[in-house]
Amino acid sequence: MQSQSVEELNASASKCRKRIVDMVYKAKSGHPGGSLSCIDILVALYKGVMRFDSNNPSWDDRDRFIMSKGHASPAVYSILREVGILQDSDLNGFRSLGSVCQGHVDRKWTEGVDFSAGSLGMGLSFGLGSALAARLDGSKRHTWVLLGDGEIQEGQVWEAAMAASHLEVSNLTAIIDKNRIQNDNFVDDQMRVGDIGSKFKSFGWNVININGHDMHEIVSALKDSKTGNGPTAIIASTVKGKGVSYMENNPAFHGAAPNDEQYALAMEELS
Amino acid sequence: MTGISEPGASRDGYGDALLDLSSDERVVVLEADLGKSTKSCHFRAKYPKRTFCLGIAEQNMALVGAGLAEAGKIPFASTFAIFSERAFEQFRNGIARTGLVVHLCGSHGGMHTGQDGSSAQSTEDLGIFRTLPGMTVLHPCDRNSARSLTRNLIDHDNPSYTRTARNKTREIYSEEEAAALEIGVASELRAGDDATIIACGVMVERSLDAADELAKHGIMARVVDMHTIKPIDKEAVLSAAETGAIVTAEDHSVIGGLGSAIAEILAEECPTKMRMVGVRDKFGESGSPEEIMYKMGLTSDNIVQRVMEIVQKPGRT
Repeated sequence: MQSQSVEELNASASKCRKRIVDMVYKAKSGHPGGSLSCIDILVALYKGVMRFDSNNPSWDDRDRFIMSKGHASPAVYSILREVGILQDSDLNGFRSLGSVCQGHVDRKWTEGVDFSAGSLGMGLSFGLGSALAARLDGSKRHTWVLLGDGEIQEGQVWEAAMAASHLEVSNLTAIIDKNRIQNDNFVDDQMRVGDIGSKFKSFGWNVININGHDMHEIVSALKDSKTGNGPTAIIASTVKGKGVSYMENNPAFHGAAPNDEQYALAMEELS
Repeated sequence: MTGISEPGASRDGYGDALLDLSSDERVVVLEADLGKSTKSCHFRAKYPKRTFCLGIAEQNMALVGAGLAEAGKIPFASTFAIFSERAFEQFRNGIARTGLVVHLCGSHGGMHTGQDGSSAQSTEDLGIFRTLPGMTVLHPCDRNSARSLTRNLIDHDNPSYTRTARNKTREIYSEEEAAALEIGVASELRAGDDATIIACGVMVERSLDAADELAKHGIMARVVDMHTIKPIDKEAVLSAAETGAIVTAEDHSVIGGLGSAIAEILAEECPTKMRMVGVRDKFGESGSPEEIMYKMGLTSDNIVQRVMEIVQKPGRT
């Protein structure tokens, strides 16, 4: 994928944000908040950094992208639309019977999706498997895993973190979408996860802290993460619901659709 | 074909098979600190680069396997049968549901594992893995059949769970006989038309003993090794129904295992007198395999008794 300027990437992210709200509004269900918080990162990956061919999404030697927080599926579908793998008609079927756009991302249903998610805490382990396979194959392909900050409450994440460091995997990047909100409430109220960067560091990972909505910072961090020894965690501070005023920092829009009035307002704000 | 382990337990057959398959570079082995027990240690010793030791962390192991499988590898992961249950949801959502082929082996299954006690004596594993769409479930009865069936997994298009036993059992199949076994095709070990005993795992040798005892009473019992619990050999079950009496024998709960799988077929297609020998909704305890099997009602005498209850042919003395 040809690298694009920060302006171009931001323009893509804006289009994707509209698609996210549109999909959830039409489906009358879904997870807009955590999709809006991570979409800048996905745009940077797919249009700026990842080794990926939109004309051949199942290319064996592509980078792998693992959306571990699978409920943020609208973000994935919107970027796959942006790079030309999905069509508007696919997005319009989001969450409906027979649609290629399942409620949670699913490799069996959607071309360009590498991992079937929906059960939190599993993606980093899968990504470790991808990274080990690339190493066995002597391939330069890289594996990118996006996790939520609530998600890392799952113990399996730390099993994977320990193993990735122990096995000295350098072709694996975990990106933590630190939007500070989980299903029921703020992460700090539900179950404090503490200093995420320090935790990964103590497990032997390289750690990079960024603003997850600054495209320049995102692209730099993603590129830098490929050069270190051992696995790298990028801790991306984000805003849940970013770009839609009433969704921002609002736990109610973790998993709820906007009504007609809210939809109109969102579309206006995102224009 | 001679394995490098001491003869005798189906887990040794698993270890042998991994070595047999090692020439295929796609084969990778995953361990969770029990490779010495499940016998994947022999593969690890010869092929360290293709062996991933993942520590005491079965959930991670399952999904690492999925990631490897997605990239074209054929992962063979093993742990104790009981700890495979810890990764059940990972197998459901991360493997069976996704169409990725990962092979999991749970050793030390059943009451037969003995002295380690109830925490290790998995009697649910076959039942829970059987509920997953597309999952193949195997429970071989001896070393040679475990080796052969595991080898066959190399060309298998579905993810699988294989239960092996810790302790030695009698050789049921010669290496040549075992080589002819196919996943999904039951094996008739003894002919007979008065009743059929359908067994798996360590209960197969007990079923053969039961058939010997029944013959003394003039009852000729067929003995079928149902090494593949899923997909189950329906033809073999319907053929068994023609004998008019079926007794299933498994070192597993009667809830959900081999007996349940057979009852599901008979109930819908051919109601037949049937009894189950298995664990009756109980946890085990420490003891020698024979002691605990006796206490749980998993002996050849128990099988004989259950056959006698339903056999049509007079002849009991």
